[in-house]
Amino acid sequence: MSERAPVALRGLTKQYGRITAVDDVSLTVNEGDVFGYLGPNGAGKTTSLRMMLGLITPTAGEARVFGHDPQKSVDALADVAGFVEAPRFYPYLDGMTNLRLVASLDGNDAKSRIAEALDVVELTDRADDKVGGYSHGMRQRLGIAAALIRRPKLLLLDEPATGLDPGGMRDMRALIARLSAEGMTVMLSSHLLAEVEELCNRVAIVRSGRIVYEGELDELRAAAGLTIRLRTSDDEVALRVLADRRGISDVVRHGPAPIQFRAADEAAIGELSRALADSGALILELAPSAATLEDLFFELTEGEGDAQAEEKRLDELSDLTGGSQ
Amino acid sequence: MSRPGTLTVYRGELRKLRAQKRTYLGLGAAVLVPIVFAVAVAIQPGEPADVPFGRYINDTGLAFPLVTLLFGSIWFYPLIAALVSGDIVANEDNNGTLKTILTRSVERSQIFFGKVIAAFSYSILAIILSGVVATIAGIIVSGFNPIPTLSGTLETPERGLLLVAGSLAVYLMPILAISSFALLLSTVFRNSAAAVVGTLMFSLLLQLVVIIPGLDGLQPYLLSTQFNSWQGLLRTPADWDPIIRAAWVCAAYAIPSLAIALTVFLRRDVAGG
Ligand SMILES: Nc1ncnc2c1ncn2[C@@H]1O[C@H](COP(=O)(O)OP(=O)(O)O)[C@@H](O)[C@H]1O
Ligand SMILES: [Mg+2]
Repeated sequence: MSERAPVALRGLTKQYGRITAVDDVSLTVNEGDVFGYLGPNGAGKTTSLRMMLGLITPTAGEARVFGHDPQKSVDALADVAGFVEAPRFYPYLDGMTNLRLVASLDGNDAKSRIAEALDVVELTDRADDKVGGYSHGMRQRLGIAAALIRRPKLLLLDEPATGLDPGGMRDMRALIARLSAEGMTVMLSSHLLAEVEELCNRVAIVRSGRIVYEGELDELRAAAGLTIRLRTSDDEVALRVLADRRGISDVVRHGPAPIQFRAADEAAIGELSRALADSGALILELAPSAATLEDLFFELTEGEGDAQAEEKRLDELSDLTGGSQ
Repeated sequence: MSRPGTLTVYRGELRKLRAQKRTYLGLGAAVLVPIVFAVAVAIQPGEPADVPFGRYINDTGLAFPLVTLLFGSIWFYPLIAALVSGDIVANEDNNGTLKTILTRSVERSQIFFGKVIAAFSYSILAIILSGVVATIAGIIVSGFNPIPTLSGTLETPERGLLLVAGSLAVYLMPILAISSFALLLSTVFRNSAAAVVGTLMFSLLLQLVVIIPGLDGLQPYLLSTQFNSWQGLLRTPADWDPIIRAAWVCAAYAIPSLAIALTVFLRRDVAGG
């Protein structure tokens, strides 16, 4: 089944001189997924998408769409549409002519879908204006229209909401949700967790070209939710109690801020509260941290880059999420 | 509807050319220059006696297109050909649109050949338009009269017209070779201005090579020399040798240029835009 998966990346690597833009990335996007490819700027998202579209050649590994190799022939892209970075069109032609041009390169009955696609992205009124005069948001929408006329089964979108105003972002989200509900598989990249959180069922988080997490968003959420905040009358003593305690890990304390740690389960927290009381460090606050997915995301993508700590952290994370890796 | 291919790309390229200023700049110049030349002759009937057919321009309009071809081969017609051919690939890099067209249902090779045919079409159109306008303007200024050949015989105006048409056709060979070279630079440099200027430099440098002592033996094999091969038609009997040589010398410039350009185009990473 995964042979024919909409997207299957295996050991995908792209090197630019000394920079490894994409580093041994393996992931699968299944039919019906809205898959978020999440990472900060420069993480290698665009580069990965370019390889999926056959625009650049991998240094190593492979990218397959529906089991086909886009490096070999555009036939692989028969059911695929999308864009990387901002969609680009001929500025000296109007929107309609641009769409006719790309539709002619699609063949089939792509041309007959232009009017509908323009309607979906609400550009019908501006279709006769030169694209050179379009705003960024309008070009982004024209890019979506150009993708839709292919009637793809897989839509690849590179930071689709970037540069849109709040209204435009909302419309973009609504459109992606609708297309997904209609059965389209979507893979979208983003550097904004919120965008992915709202739309996607699965995510891969990338950092410096490497995947640091891949799995269900719900699992990641659950993992993030297990962080506990602790304030006591004597934090020094509390830290000693926390150290090497079964079911307790990742104890951190930044200056006067509350101590944070991870608990394996609620029993461990119960045990801890008794131990703290016995030690004389009285509990002032013991609660699930407001530490959100956002913190976890930053932690995953902005750490000091210590590879070993990273691995350890990942192992724990995959333990917490049931080893979905 | 059928599967899109090279012909689909070609039609799209023509559509783009029709919407671009440089197309009209090139075609406009190709038309305007012979008109200006004819007007100048009409006002001040001197004759450029130092080029073949130069001294006949007051006798017959049929000399006009031939003199235009001779003067134009130094840089004017190569520039006109390079203007579009040097831009046709680089333009996509400039607009970041390669990714737009390469992610549809046509192969890179089809995109490339569609562009080659479109660039050739434009170059052919420019030369023919220029030749036709020069002939008409010439006939208006100096009349539809018999034209002397390079062998000293006199051809009737009707046959002269046919020879002019044949000369234009032969002239297309080096022009398409120049177009091919411009396409190569357009593909490699990914920059339109660099490709146009580079093509022009190449064309001018070839003309200078023969000045270097010991290299004058190269003359018959230089692309610049082939711009004069049509003169073989204007002898009695016609001398086909320079024309046949032009055919293979031009192919020897054009085919490797296109082959290298295609290879680069097929292999390159499309990461801009
Ligand atoms: N064409 C290129 N040449 C050289 N380096 C590149 C190129 N494209 C991307 N990179 C580098 O690869 C890394 C990943 O870039 P990119 O895929 O654009 O990241 P993202 O889309 O996640 O922001 C960056 O360090 C970037 O500078
Ligand atoms: Mg990017």
